[in-house]
Amino acid sequence: MQKEAEIRDPLIIGKKSYHDITLDISKPVEGKANKYWWILFSISFVMFIWGVLSMAYTIGTGVGTWGLNKTINWAWDITNFVWWIGIGHAGTLISAVLLLFRQKWRMSINRSAEAMTIFGVAQAGLFPIIHMGRPWLAYWVFPIPNQFGSLWVNFNSPLLWDVFAISTYFSVSVVFWYIGLIPDFAMLRDRFNEKTAPMKKKLYSFLSFGWSGKAKHWQRFEEVSLVLAGLATPLVFSVHSIVSMDFATSVIPGWHTTIFPPYFVLGALFSGFAMVETLLIIMRKVVNMEAYITIKHIEYMNIIILLTGSLVGTAYITELFMAWYSGVEYEQYAFLNRATGPYWWSYAIMMGCNVLTPQLYWINSIRKSFIATFILSIFVNIGMWFERFVIIVTSLHRDFLPSSWTMFSPSIIDIGIYLGTIGFFFVLFLLYARTFPVIAQAELKTIVKSSGSEYKNKKS
Amino acid sequence: MSIKTIYGIFDDEEILLKSVREIRSNNINIKEVYTPFPVHGLDKELGLKETRMAITAFIYGCIGITFAGLMIFNIMIIDWPMNIGGKPNFTFYHNVPSFVPVMFECTVLFAAHLMSITYLIRCGLFPGAKSENPDPRTTDDKFLIELEIDGSTKKVKDLLSKTGASEINEK
Repeated sequence: MQKEAEIRDPLIIGKKSYHDITLDISKPVEGKANKYWWILFSISFVMFIWGVLSMAYTIGTGVGTWGLNKTINWAWDITNFVWWIGIGHAGTLISAVLLLFRQKWRMSINRSAEAMTIFGVAQAGLFPIIHMGRPWLAYWVFPIPNQFGSLWVNFNSPLLWDVFAISTYFSVSVVFWYIGLIPDFAMLRDRFNEKTAPMKKKLYSFLSFGWSGKAKHWQRFEEVSLVLAGLATPLVFSVHSIVSMDFATSVIPGWHTTIFPPYFVLGALFSGFAMVETLLIIMRKVVNMEAYITIKHIEYMNIIILLTGSLVGTAYITELFMAWYSGVEYEQYAFLNRATGPYWWSYAIMMGCNVLTPQLYWINSIRKSFIATFILSIFVNIGMWFERFVIIVTSLHRDFLPSSWTMFSPSIIDIGIYLGTIGFFFVLFLLYARTFPVIAQAELKTIVKSSGSEYKNKKS
Repeated sequence: MSIKTIYGIFDDEEILLKSVREIRSNNINIKEVYTPFPVHGLDKELGLKETRMAITAFIYGCIGITFAGLMIFNIMIIDWPMNIGGKPNFTFYHNVPSFVPVMFECTVLFAAHLMSITYLIRCGLFPGAKSENPDPRTTDDKFLIELEIDGSTKKVKDLLSKTGASEINEK
């Protein structure tokens, strides 16, 4: 039996028996979608279709349809890629790192955070593939024996490290997610009647892999979860470190900085938690999970956002300091130009949204408010997109030759692809919210007696 | 005499643990226990051996890093050494720092996937497998002890109800 201090706030509100948890979590799957779900789904689907058309046009015509030019030859594509990868980071942090630290509050949010990770990384993966121009040759990034002579990939290149890092991250996240889903699919399977819902019964029987809940299987399940968490933890930190090396190993002033790996990892956790909050604050209302996703969960995440946001701010200032301290005038110019050049407004948005607004979380009432958290999480999402835009575009727009200095403006296709991936992400998430157990109910049942409000009241 | 299967159903995991202890101290063999979530300490009460999943993960990780090292050695050093930016690939040990990321990723990739596959195979879990829990409520809120008894079942049933079973079924 687990023990917990009585003064800790409960993580499950109300009188919930094991059966109540089953009912609450299977309800969105068994019931019909409400009006809000259909409205959100329709908007997301239209955005998704716009994205598909933009991508088809890009592939049919070429990347010349984007706003890129000879000087700024990398812009929204890589910005969006890094943004989506960063969003993916919170899911694995919640499910893996918090599992190793035995944090009970992760249990009602880890399933959705991992879903967000997987859908986010899937969006990220689209960008390099579209950018290849000939996406049907995307498999060339893997070291496959081939007929072009001894044409191999270059293992010294950070772009290839990215291929390995992101494909490993994506597939390991999917496996981790699915191993945890199997017992919950079994719960859904056993709720459906063969006669009244034969299709659902068949579907969840298939998805649950014949899980029965035997003692030996649970013992293995716990060990496998723990080892996967241990394996996923260094992955969280390696993936964004490697993404940052795409820039850090280059020679462009503004990119060539050794602080990038930790700075990118912190930024990723920061933006990932913001996106988890954006999604969960909506989800707890839409699928009635108010008893399980409480203000305490939101507060814990706000504290992490405050911490990582402050660290990201420190990294920004360190960058400025190092540029000055290096004594290299090109380096100094790159950073001065970021803050005061023609892109000063994007730098100001980045600083405002990432460094200043999260500081509001020092105030107790803001940290414990759903509405304030929702608004601030949107700020962080915007700020972190601009952080990548600032790093990428402002470093490139002042070329080595002053005659090549230019500005970047996105084409309608750039915008279409970006909004399309947001649409695609929400399409996937909304479908997930209606067909999957959105909370890891088997794990949640293990903490009812130590962290449920009813049991806590009984004790005290 | 025919072998009879008895199912003792419990509402609470602490009562279940006590009952398992009682049954085992009476030298009655428990065939299986089905629970809706991992019950802490149940494996010890049942006398289950420790699982070796973590050891398999370590072995698979070693295979992964060896595979990646050999693959990179073969591709970058043996098959087609290239001189990239004045940094030639003629020896492995000179270039190994830039091979670390891929070797690390392959270690994790192999360990995570192969361990998960081993877990699924050892538990007999695969798409389309038939579930074996005798009562559908065991994935919801009930805990079930399955016993196979040769002969009189009365003693076992008494023991189950004495230790707090909410329901006892016989097949």
